[in-house]
Amino acid sequence: MVTIPAEPTPAGPKTNRIGLTVVEYKGGKTTLCAGCGHNAISERIIEAMYEMGVKPERVAKLSGIGCSSKSPAYFMNRSHSFNSVHGRMPSIAEGAMLANRNLLALGVSGDGDTASIGIGQFVHLMRRNLPMIYIIEDNGVYGLTKGQFSATADLGSKLKTGVVNDLPPIDTCALAIQLGATFVGRSFSGDKRQLLTMLKAAISHSGTVMLDVVSPCVTFNDHEGSTKSYKYVKDHEETLQEMSFVPHFEEIDVEYDPGTTVAVTMHDGSHLQLRKLEEDYDPTNRIAAITRLNAAHEQGEVLTGVFYVNTTAPSLIDQLNLVDAPLATLPESLTRPGREVLEAAMEELR
Amino acid sequence: MATMDVVPQQSGGQAERRRIVNDMSIQVGTVNGSGSQSSNTVLLRAIFQMGVPVSGKNLFPSNIAGLPTWYTIRANKNGYIGRKKEIDFLVAMNPETAQEDVLSLGAGASVLYDEPLGLDKLRNDLVFYSVPYDKLVATVCPEAKLRKLVKNMVYVGVVAQLLEIEMGEVEKAIRKQFAKKVKAAALNMAAALAGFEYAKANLKKRGTFYIERMDKTAGKIIIDGNSAAALGCMFAGCTVVTWYPITPSSSLVETMIEYMKEYRIGPDGKATFAIVQAEDELAAIGMVIGAGWAGARSMTATAGPGISLMSEFAGLAYYAEIPGVIWDIQRVGPSTGLPTRTSQGDLLSTAFLSHGDTKNIMLIPCSMTECFTMAQDAFNLAEQFQTLVFVMSDLDLGMNNWMSDPFEYPTAPIKRGKVLSKEDLDRLGGFSRYKDVDGDGIGYRTLPGTDHPAAAYFTRGSGHNERSAYSERPDDYANNMERLNRKFETARSFVPRPEIIKGNNANIGIIGFGTSHWGIIESRDQLRDEYGIETDYLRLRAYPFTREVHDFIAQHDRVYVVEQNRDAQMLTLLKLDVKPELIVRLRSLSHLNGLPLDARSVTDQLTTMEGK
Repeated sequence: MVTIPAEPTPAGPKTNRIGLTVVEYKGGKTTLCAGCGHNAISERIIEAMYEMGVKPERVAKLSGIGCSSKSPAYFMNRSHSFNSVHGRMPSIAEGAMLANRNLLALGVSGDGDTASIGIGQFVHLMRRNLPMIYIIEDNGVYGLTKGQFSATADLGSKLKTGVVNDLPPIDTCALAIQLGATFVGRSFSGDKRQLLTMLKAAISHSGTVMLDVVSPCVTFNDHEGSTKSYKYVKDHEETLQEMSFVPHFEEIDVEYDPGTTVAVTMHDGSHLQLRKLEEDYDPTNRIAAITRLNAAHEQGEVLTGVFYVNTTAPSLIDQLNLVDAPLATLPESLTRPGREVLEAAMEELR
Repeated sequence: MATMDVVPQQSGGQAERRRIVNDMSIQVGTVNGSGSQSSNTVLLRAIFQMGVPVSGKNLFPSNIAGLPTWYTIRANKNGYIGRKKEIDFLVAMNPETAQEDVLSLGAGASVLYDEPLGLDKLRNDLVFYSVPYDKLVATVCPEAKLRKLVKNMVYVGVVAQLLEIEMGEVEKAIRKQFAKKVKAAALNMAAALAGFEYAKANLKKRGTFYIERMDKTAGKIIIDGNSAAALGCMFAGCTVVTWYPITPSSSLVETMIEYMKEYRIGPDGKATFAIVQAEDELAAIGMVIGAGWAGARSMTATAGPGISLMSEFAGLAYYAEIPGVIWDIQRVGPSTGLPTRTSQGDLLSTAFLSHGDTKNIMLIPCSMTECFTMAQDAFNLAEQFQTLVFVMSDLDLGMNNWMSDPFEYPTAPIKRGKVLSKEDLDRLGGFSRYKDVDGDGIGYRTLPGTDHPAAAYFTRGSGHNERSAYSERPDDYANNMERLNRKFETARSFVPRPEIIKGNNANIGIIGFGTSHWGIIESRDQLRDEYGIETDYLRLRAYPFTREVHDFIAQHDRVYVVEQNRDAQMLTLLKLDVKPELIVRLRSLSHLNGLPLDARSVTDQLTTMEGK
C-alpha cells in the first residue's frame, strides 16, 4: 500500500478570526499631507479592527468636517461612511445607533470639529454614553483653512506666523469624564503600541469611548514653539500606564500582580491590563482622573493613557430599553399597531 | 388687548330679541394658569354632545401664569368651524381685559361677568348678566385654595342655563374631563350646578342665542392636530423621534410619547421606538438624518425658529439624499415674536431651506384627518424620494380642538423605497448609489449593517459621482444636480393632489391651503349669498405643485391666493412655477394678525378687490 504524502498547503495570505485579510480593512489612498499624524491613526484603526476580527460591514464610520473628518475615506472601504457637517457628527451617530443598535459606530473628529463648533453636540454625546468610539485627531490647529488655532491649543503655543495662543485650552478628556463618557484616554499618533491597544479595548467597550489622540499637523503646527509638534510631544509625554490587551477570543497567559496592575474586564469579555507607572492611580475613580489631568496641565505634561473606565454604567441604548433587532428594519407587524388600537383611541376621543 | 378685530358699533338701541339657534361664538376671557382650560373643554364637549358642530380655539400668551388668555368656542349648525370674526357671547372673568373685551363687542352681543367688575355701565347696546362667583364658590368649595380653579366651572353652569345647554351633557363632559379623579369631578359638578341654579333663579334671559340639540356630530371625535399627527406617525411605523421643545410643536411629541408607551412596547417591556430629547434643533435634525440614513423612519417636530436652525443639515440631507420627516407647526416668528400665535409664514424658507440649489417637498394638512393621513404620506414620500419631507401644520391646527370624523385605519402597506438588501446585492453583484437606473431621478441605497461586501458606500454632500466616490468634476456635479431636479419633478406625480371645489360657472378662482380652508369655505358661501359672487376653490395639499394647479389658474380670469402671511409666500412659489402669462392672474389675499383666518376677512378683502 502506497501512501501519498500530503502536499504541504501553500501559505495563503494571513487572515484574522473571521477569515479576512488585512487588505479587506483598507480604504482609499490618503489625500492628507505626507507625515500627517492622522494617517498613522487610520493605520492603527485598520490593525485594531483586523486583529479584533470586526466585520467591516458592521462598522459605521462617521465624521464631521476638517482634515480629520476626511480620514474615514482612507480606511475600511467595506464599511458605510458618513461625512456630515461641521461639528455635528455626534447627532448623526446618535441617530444611526438609534436606528440600528447592532452597528459599531466609529466617529472621527478633530479638535476644531469637536472643541469649537462641535462642543455643544460633543458634551451631550458624552452625557448620553452612546455606544460608540469617538476619536479626536488633535493637532491644535485648523488644517483645511490653513492653520488657525483651535480650542485645544495650549497657552503660549506659537503659530508659524508668530501668533501666540493666549486662551486656555479645553481638555476634552477631562470634559468627557466629567460628563459621563465611560472609557476615556489620550494617546499619541506616534505611539503605535499604546494607540493600538487602546483602540482594541475601545472596540470591546459598550458605551462612549472618547480618545483624544494628539496627531501633529506637519504643515501648520510642527515647528519650534508649538506644543503639538512631534518633538514637543515626545519630549513632554508622561504615560500613566503600560497597557496590554487580551481579546475575548484568546486565553490569558500572562500573570499579573494586582498590586501593580489594574485589570479591566471589558463588555465582550476581553481583558485590558494597565500596569501602573504611577502609584495609586485608579482609572475607575472619576474625580481622581480629573484631578490628575488638571495637574498635567499645571506641569506642562502631555499625559497619555487610559484615564477613566467604567464598564457598568448603562448606555443610551440600555436606557431606552429597545428591542434587540434594529429599529430600522422592524417589520410592519411590529411598527404599526392593529386596527383595534386605532378604534380604542377614537373611542376615547368621542 | 382686544382679541378680535374691532367691529364698528351700531348706535344705541336694545339688542334684538331674535332667536338665533346653534350659530354663535362664545369667548371666555381668563387669566393664564387659572385652570379655565378644563371648564372650556367641558363647555365645548357639552355642545358637541348635543350634536352641534363646534370648534375651540385657545388664544394664549407666551407665559405660564398671570397673563390674559381667551378661549373661543364656535358652534355652528352649518358646520362652519373656522374662527368667526365677531364674538356673540362674552364670558368676562379677567378684570384686566374685561373692559376692552366688552368695548370691542358688536352690538347685540351678550356679556356674562363677575359682579364686582360692574361692566354693565360700559355699553347700552349689549345684554349683560352678572354673577357673584366668589359667593357661589364659597358655598360649594370649602377648601379656599381650590376655589380659584372651581370658580371657572361656575360659569359653565351659568352659560348652560342661559344658552339652554343640557346639564346632563355638562355632567357627562365633566366626568370625561376628570376621568378617574372622582372627587374632582364631584366638586366641579357641584360648582356647575351652583351656577346653573343661580342663573335659573336670578338671571332673566334677554339674549338671542340658543343651543338646540341636533344630530351633526354623531360618531365624530374632538382632537387637536398635534395629537392627530402623533397618532398618524405611530401608525405610519415611525421608529425614531428626536426633538427639542418649542411652542407650538411640543405637544405633538409629548402626545406621541404617551401613545407610543401605551401601544408600541411589547409584553417583554422592550420598545419598538426611540424618542430622544435633543440638546437643540441642530441635534434633533442631525439625529433624524443619522437615523434615516441607517434606515429608521425618523422624524422631528418644530416651529419656525427650529426650521431656521435646521437649515444646514437640511441641505446635507437634500444633497446626500436621506429620508426624514419634519413637522413644522408654524407660528409667528421669531423666537421673541408672537410664539403663541398662528401663521403660515414658513413656506418660502422651508421650500428652499438651506444653501445652494435646494428644493424640499412640503405637505400641507388642513384638517385632523389630514394630520393623520399626511403623517403616513410624509414617511412614505420621504423614503421613496430619499429626502426630507416637511409637514406644514400651524398653531391653529396643531393646538386647537377640532371636530373630526374618526380616522380610518391605514390599509396601504408602508412603502420603504428603493433599499437593496443582502439578497439583492447577491443577485446584482453591486450597485451605484446615485445612478438613475429607473429614469425617475431616484437611486438605490443600502443601509449600514447590510451584510454584503459591496453594500457600503460613502455618504457626503454633492461632491460625488454616481458611484458615490469623491468627485469635484464639473460634469459629475452638473449631472447630479440635474438628477436631483428630475427627482423633484417626479415628486409632482406622487404628492397629495389638490382638492378642487367648483362653483357655478365661476370665473374667479380661490387658492388656499392649510387652516385657511375653514375661513375660505365659509367665505365662498358669504360671497354667493351676500354678493352673488361665484367662486371655484382649489386647496393645495403639497409642494411641488401638481398639474391641476396650473390648469386651475389657466381656467380662471382672476385667482385669489389666500394665505396667512404678509409677503404672499405661496403666491411667490406659484409665480416661480406657472407660465409667465398666467402670473398676472394671481392676486394676493393675505391675513396676518396672528389670529386664525376668519371668513369675513376673506369676503371683505375679495369683494373690495373685485370692486363690489
